[in-house]
Amino acid sequence: MISLDVNGKTYNIDVGPEAPLLWVIREHLGLSGTKFGCGMALCGACTVHIDGKATRSCQTPVKDAAGKKITTIEGIPDDHPVKKAWIEDEVPQCGYCQPGQIMEAVALLKENPNPGDDDIDNVMSGNLCRCGTYQRIRRSIHSASKMMAEGGKS
Amino acid sequence: MSVIINISRRDFLKTGALIGGGLILGVFPRYEEAPGEEAATFAPNAFIRIGTDGIVTVVVNKSEMGQGVYTSLPMVVADELEADWSTIRIEPAPVDPAYNHTVWGIQGTGGSTSTWSTWDQLRKAGAAARVMLIQAAAEIWGVDPLSCKAENGFVIHPETKKQLPYGKLTEKAARMCVPQDVPLKKPEKYKIIGKPVKRLDTPDKVMGKAVFGIDVKVPDMLTAVVERCPVFGGKLKSFSDKKAKAVAGVRSVVQIPTGVAVVADNFWSAKLGRDVLETVWDEGPLSGFDTKKQRSDYAALAKRPGTAARKEGDAEDALSKAKKRISAEYEVPYLAHATMEPLNAVIDFREDGCDIWTGTQFQTVDRNSAAEVLGLKPEQVRLHTTLLGGGFGRRANPHSDFVTEAAHVAKAVKKPVKVMWTREDDIRGGYYRPMWYDRIAACLDGNGKPIAWRHTVVGQSIIAGTAFEKMLVQEGVDETSVEGAKDIPYDIPNILVDLHSPKYPITVQWWRSVGHSHTAFVVETFIDELAQAAGKDPYEFRRSLLSKDPRRKALLELVAQKAGWGSVLPAGHGRGIAVHKSFGSYVAQVAEVSISREGEVRVHKVVCAVDCGRIVNPDTIEAQMESGIAFGLSAALFSEITFNKGRVAQSNFHDYQLMRINHMPVVEVHIMPSEEKSGGIGEPGVPPVAPAVANAVFAVTGKRMRRLPIRAEDLKRAEAV
Repeated sequence: MISLDVNGKTYNIDVGPEAPLLWVIREHLGLSGTKFGCGMALCGACTVHIDGKATRSCQTPVKDAAGKKITTIEGIPDDHPVKKAWIEDEVPQCGYCQPGQIMEAVALLKENPNPGDDDIDNVMSGNLCRCGTYQRIRRSIHSASKMMAEGGKS
Repeated sequence: MSVIINISRRDFLKTGALIGGGLILGVFPRYEEAPGEEAATFAPNAFIRIGTDGIVTVVVNKSEMGQGVYTSLPMVVADELEADWSTIRIEPAPVDPAYNHTVWGIQGTGGSTSTWSTWDQLRKAGAAARVMLIQAAAEIWGVDPLSCKAENGFVIHPETKKQLPYGKLTEKAARMCVPQDVPLKKPEKYKIIGKPVKRLDTPDKVMGKAVFGIDVKVPDMLTAVVERCPVFGGKLKSFSDKKAKAVAGVRSVVQIPTGVAVVADNFWSAKLGRDVLETVWDEGPLSGFDTKKQRSDYAALAKRPGTAARKEGDAEDALSKAKKRISAEYEVPYLAHATMEPLNAVIDFREDGCDIWTGTQFQTVDRNSAAEVLGLKPEQVRLHTTLLGGGFGRRANPHSDFVTEAAHVAKAVKKPVKVMWTREDDIRGGYYRPMWYDRIAACLDGNGKPIAWRHTVVGQSIIAGTAFEKMLVQEGVDETSVEGAKDIPYDIPNILVDLHSPKYPITVQWWRSVGHSHTAFVVETFIDELAQAAGKDPYEFRRSLLSKDPRRKALLELVAQKAGWGSVLPAGHGRGIAVHKSFGSYVAQVAEVSISREGEVRVHKVVCAVDCGRIVNPDTIEAQMESGIAFGLSAALFSEITFNKGRVAQSNFHDYQLMRINHMPVVEVHIMPSEEKSGGIGEPGVPPVAPAVANAVFAVTGKRMRRLPIRAEDLKRAEAV
């Protein structure tokens, strides 16, 4: 049995210690917002936060996440500035990579509340979007940053 | 608020709720008989259902893969219906002839056809419902329907200031005759069409609630992955399932026509089982197949005359007499679609029927193919279209490859099963954009005007062997192989475009913009070479040759103006221009590039002008141009599929590279106002970007890029031009 704290809820799961956290989140916990894209930490679709840090859950054995604070896209409040900005700027197209993009962006803004385009490109370049929503992702991170500075939640 | 309902109409009626947590999580009930239609619901046609709560459900028969149809098509309905936009919900259509493509005669999404092919159908559907609602209200009030009007979800009688919301009129409207000839709105009366309406699917996608095929769960579902032959055209000789079956969670290992499926309680167990599965393959004739050899075969073929696709004047004669002759050879590789959501399908097969959940662009073909495998009648198979985590053509497989394979697994396991592809399966799974080799020659007169143009195209036919062959292969020419090449718009008196379609067991398929994905690159870079040979500016040269295509000329002028063509750029930067027509729309782009110290092409900015005729949602158009440019840049700068000893050399995103945010240029989109018939928008943004970039690279370096992706070695190569 492995005990996981996901979005503030404790789950006890009977799963092998080496199983990737991604599949435990998706299949055992039924939280399907976290996506599978590559299985090799190359695309970022599976990004979650572990103790606040953006982490590729497809390359994280579940045992390494035990006892830590895990946050998935479902655990980011609906009124979070990043989610609000994403909706306002109409970022998603097919939408598949967006939970990962949002998780990465939330972590970025926590580290660097006022990133420049280069900072954004640097951090977000691990997250692929085949629809090419990158220009809107940049724009949206800037608007979320502004929202946060104006007193929105982070 | 959730507006995306990933269930069929029958499921919808069964569960009776538009928004429900279980549905949002993608947990679906197993098959049960659906109850009858709710009496008070007004459903005048296959596309519209209005409930007593005033909620207007638009049934959308096109797959949402990012291009925005779950918003743009309801916009068309809602405008004619005079609906209150906030009451619009959408539901994916079940498979039914009522939802067939108005041109193809089957249900499907592709070819950038969704807007124009449903334009009349959906406007009429909305208008008919509006007329019936007005009649219902007029009857209640005892007034002439012509004295009433519909507005924002209400029928209004201006004289008496009476009004009734649509929700209160459903029962009566449902008893009205469906009118055949309905008045349609004049474009100047549109309230929704033409506006940047917010997408209905955005909130769910941002909250992580959107349900893709991969997210679907049904009770007692197993998960399978399939081991396939590493060489195209190979066959399974033998396998041993001993080790695979010893993996915890693996339930069974079954042979299917495409290979061996490992079926388990969950994905990870299935994958671990497949890792230790032992297979022996007869690799077949392609076991020694190699891209270099194929390339030299193509180059040799390109020197021989092919089947003529367009012949005007006598290009051969003019070329043989020419004083100034320019020729070049171009090549582009196989490409994978690489949708972010790997392929998958969930199938619940029972003796008396079957449910399929998958993100597909080809509902009728997939349903019928699955029915054949499962020994069912097509109408016994219910296919539920989920959201697609990208399509780009891959999910419109003419042979239903991923659905047929899943049906074989379902047949063998006799339990609901999700068949999943890993990224490696996807990259190596075939159905690629074909590799193309083009040989082209032209000559100019003393004034620098082109006299002749000869273009030989070499590449596999996508259409041969599919149900579309009769429609799209004319006298030995696959139209999709030469689209964008045979219809070059420039004033040239002698033109010959011919085609070789060599056959290989490597499977090929339409890939966002299909033939245009290579012909625009060839035509629009070679025209630049001619401009250079003529000593003319590439923009002015094109402009001088477009006397027969004023729409294209006007767009070219627009993009040049918006991009400040000819204005001074920072040192080391250069501009390139290209214009191309595809899928009924024109797109012109100017790319600004520089070369980094590491010898990498940096695209700083792309100014894009589009004339797609009448528009529905300008923000969608802008988004699709940004998207097409990113997609085209991946092909121009990064991606290729190659073969070595019969095997695909690439496997995942480290070696099949796609554009990332740090390479994304600033994209500026300008929409040409137009009242012409709508063209497509999902694909036309792709073709012009590779030539615009290649031409810009020439402007910076003086080197011609004649193969994609552009390689550092090609940039370094000394070349006299």
